Amino acid sequence: MSPHAWLLLGAFLAVLLLSAKPLGLYIACLMEGRLRIGRPLENLVYRLVGVRPDEEMGWLRYALAILLFNGLGVLSVYALQRLQLALPFNPQQMPAVTPDSAFNTAVSFVTNTNWQGYGGESTLGYLVQMLGLTVQNFLSAATGIVVVVALIRGLARHSAATVGNAWVDLTRATLYLLLPLSFLIAIVLAGQGVIQNLDPYREVATLEVTRFDAPRLDAAGQPLSDDKGAVLTEPAETAVQTLAMGPVASQEAIKMLGTNGGGFFNANSAHPYENPTPLSNFIQMLAIFLIPAALCVTFGRMVGDGRQGWAVLTAMTLMFVVAAAAAMSFEQQGNPRLTALGVDQLGGPLQSGGNLEGKEARFGSADSALFATVTTAASCGAVNAMHDSFTPLGGLVPLVNMQLGEVIFGGVGTGLYGMLVFAILAVFISGLMIGRTPEYLGKKIEAHEMKMSAIAILVTPLLVLLGTAIAVMSEAGRAGIANPGAHGFSEILYALTSAANNNGSAFAGLSANTPFYNLLLALAMWFGRFGVIVPVLAMAGALAAKKRLPAGAGTLPTHGPLFVTLLIGTVLLVGLLNYVPALALGPIVEHLVLWLGA
Amino acid sequence: MKSLLRSALSVFVLLSAITGLAYPLAVTGIAGAVFPEQAAGSLIFKDGKPVGSRLIGQPFSDPGHFWGRPSATAPQPYNAAASSGSNQGPLNPALEDAVKGRIAALRAADPGNGAPIPADLVTASGSGLDPHISPAAALWQLGRVARARGLREAQVRALVDANTEGRQWGFLGEARVNVLALNLALDALQR
Repeated sequence: MSPHAWLLLGAFLAVLLLSAKPLGLYIACLMEGRLRIGRPLENLVYRLVGVRPDEEMGWLRYALAILLFNGLGVLSVYALQRLQLALPFNPQQMPAVTPDSAFNTAVSFVTNTNWQGYGGESTLGYLVQMLGLTVQNFLSAATGIVVVVALIRGLARHSAATVGNAWVDLTRATLYLLLPLSFLIAIVLAGQGVIQNLDPYREVATLEVTRFDAPRLDAAGQPLSDDKGAVLTEPAETAVQTLAMGPVASQEAIKMLGTNGGGFFNANSAHPYENPTPLSNFIQMLAIFLIPAALCVTFGRMVGDGRQGWAVLTAMTLMFVVAAAAAMSFEQQGNPRLTALGVDQLGGPLQSGGNLEGKEARFGSADSALFATVTTAASCGAVNAMHDSFTPLGGLVPLVNMQLGEVIFGGVGTGLYGMLVFAILAVFISGLMIGRTPEYLGKKIEAHEMKMSAIAILVTPLLVLLGTAIAVMSEAGRAGIANPGAHGFSEILYALTSAANNNGSAFAGLSANTPFYNLLLALAMWFGRFGVIVPVLAMAGALAAKKRLPAGAGTLPTHGPLFVTLLIGTVLLVGLLNYVPALALGPIVEHLVLWLGA
Repeated sequence: MKSLLRSALSVFVLLSAITGLAYPLAVTGIAGAVFPEQAAGSLIFKDGKPVGSRLIGQPFSDPGHFWGRPSATAPQPYNAAASSGSNQGPLNPALEDAVKGRIAALRAADPGNGAPIPADLVTASGSGLDPHISPAAALWQLGRVARARGLREAQVRALVDANTEGRQWGFLGEARVNVLALNLALDALQR
């Protein structure tokens, strides 16, 4: 790993950890209703929508509210895509999206996954991007935040029947946290060169004439192919370049801040109009981790013991540093097959060096590999380089980050509630070792909590492994593979891992915009999201109802180095036990073939 | 249940209007006022006509121009209405074939240059629209461009340097050369 890579990682962590505390305390203040300055506008909102803000909800009502709210989101995004030709703000006259793709995209953006089977600039008009996708970028992020706040209340309250009011929590998280921060980031990104307009696509005259093979079209505009299925082409030339336009900066900001990750354009944050400079890249990486890190501080504040939050944040940071260092090292090593062809992949002041297929020159191998680690440790899924073209072990890091359950910072809210479930599992395992009833933050952990934890932890591996098995065994699943050999298996494993863990990044060679993958992945996304949220809220309700026990001599302290170690051990143990066989068939085989030959 | 649905619907409609219309339109207004050039796409104009964007690369194959990153967009390279990488894995034989072809084209255009070719000049970018190459990749092409244009290498070198940016703030990203800006400067030199 080069000195530049270390410096970058150090600067990133320093800025992140310095901003975690003030933002975390602000979120606690906001979600506990102590933000006086926001009251007048808030009350106006509640009057407009007819909600009584002081009405508390039990966990079941809270969960129903969240499910209904997100269900409406799916309907809205689906309808907007199907009807876009009849709606305004569609200067390119994009036609209606196919039903299976529209359904996949609707579920994808509502579940905070933002998996994309389509290419943005060739599929969606500006109204769908704004009123469909930008909205869900906000609301799915707010959903994650309010669920973890409900769980924290469950731990903080005692002998209580309720966990909060879902409408109040959603309104506060959206209006006073996500909206102002997004606004700020959007303007800064626009200053760096991220476009923001509603213009039609712009045609420019290029310096040279480009000669290329164009597909031959029939009368209906469909590409013709020969009797073997190969697409027929004819020589063509052009001296015009069409530049895709759109309201990008506003969506880019919340795409990162809400750990959504769905690109305005097909190439996502590799596209120069989404991520034009190394500074915009740095801001985007920070925006991904900002709220997940801050929520750890919020947690400590709301349960009345700041050390509890710092312990969780420490566990996350340690795992992240190892993952980032690994990914950057592997990508900086380059591809031995290209070295054999006489290609110069050695890094230095005049070039980044390393494995540059699928990477942008302004980011090079280090900034791209760090971005890949950040985006998959958090459940963001934005990419500034094509993960499919990473070295086998460089691509293994994102895969493992997701498979650990998106708890290394994780998504906004989702990362922390995932980690708290692992914390409960960790105290349970330690309780078994010494034969005591486990307790966490003064709450006895009993059979009901353990059942809910087990569901929350096991639902995603089940979706990933079963889904991968189904795809690998079916003709329609194998048809999507782009790269031969073990890498083709990795593409499918990555797709299911990404969908079920609500990440959204891809080994994008996989042709996933087919009815088979659109449906399979939509199911994985939906159950990977709400199959965890519902048991977590059930646990929140059960914990809130419990009495708080004073800490005794036999209580395991949950804020010291011992607990941090136990927590990391639990996360790694569960993740590795689930996935090692699958990983051995994909990236590990590929690594051995690449370096040892076959 | 009915009251819950009514609340869900009204909260959804209100928050949608704020985050999906008011917010993007406000950002459009402010970005357009404060950063008009950037918001419109960082376009480059020559004689009043747009000839490209500072941020979007163009395909070059003339020996008298610097060549940019290979592009995997379809059907033509640098299709800025359909960004895409190749998504070829490191072991994919198609990647090896593509790199061999690019090496052959670069060597054919400059047979006397035996130096190893910098990786970014033979690997496709992530977006297919990368506007930059590394300084090493520009220097590798220096001799060919100077000869094709009948210029001294020092003259061309000065233009390369003028269009090179270092790491932002000294530690972010990589040093890079804007290919379109460099080629426009080259063309302007000889008019």
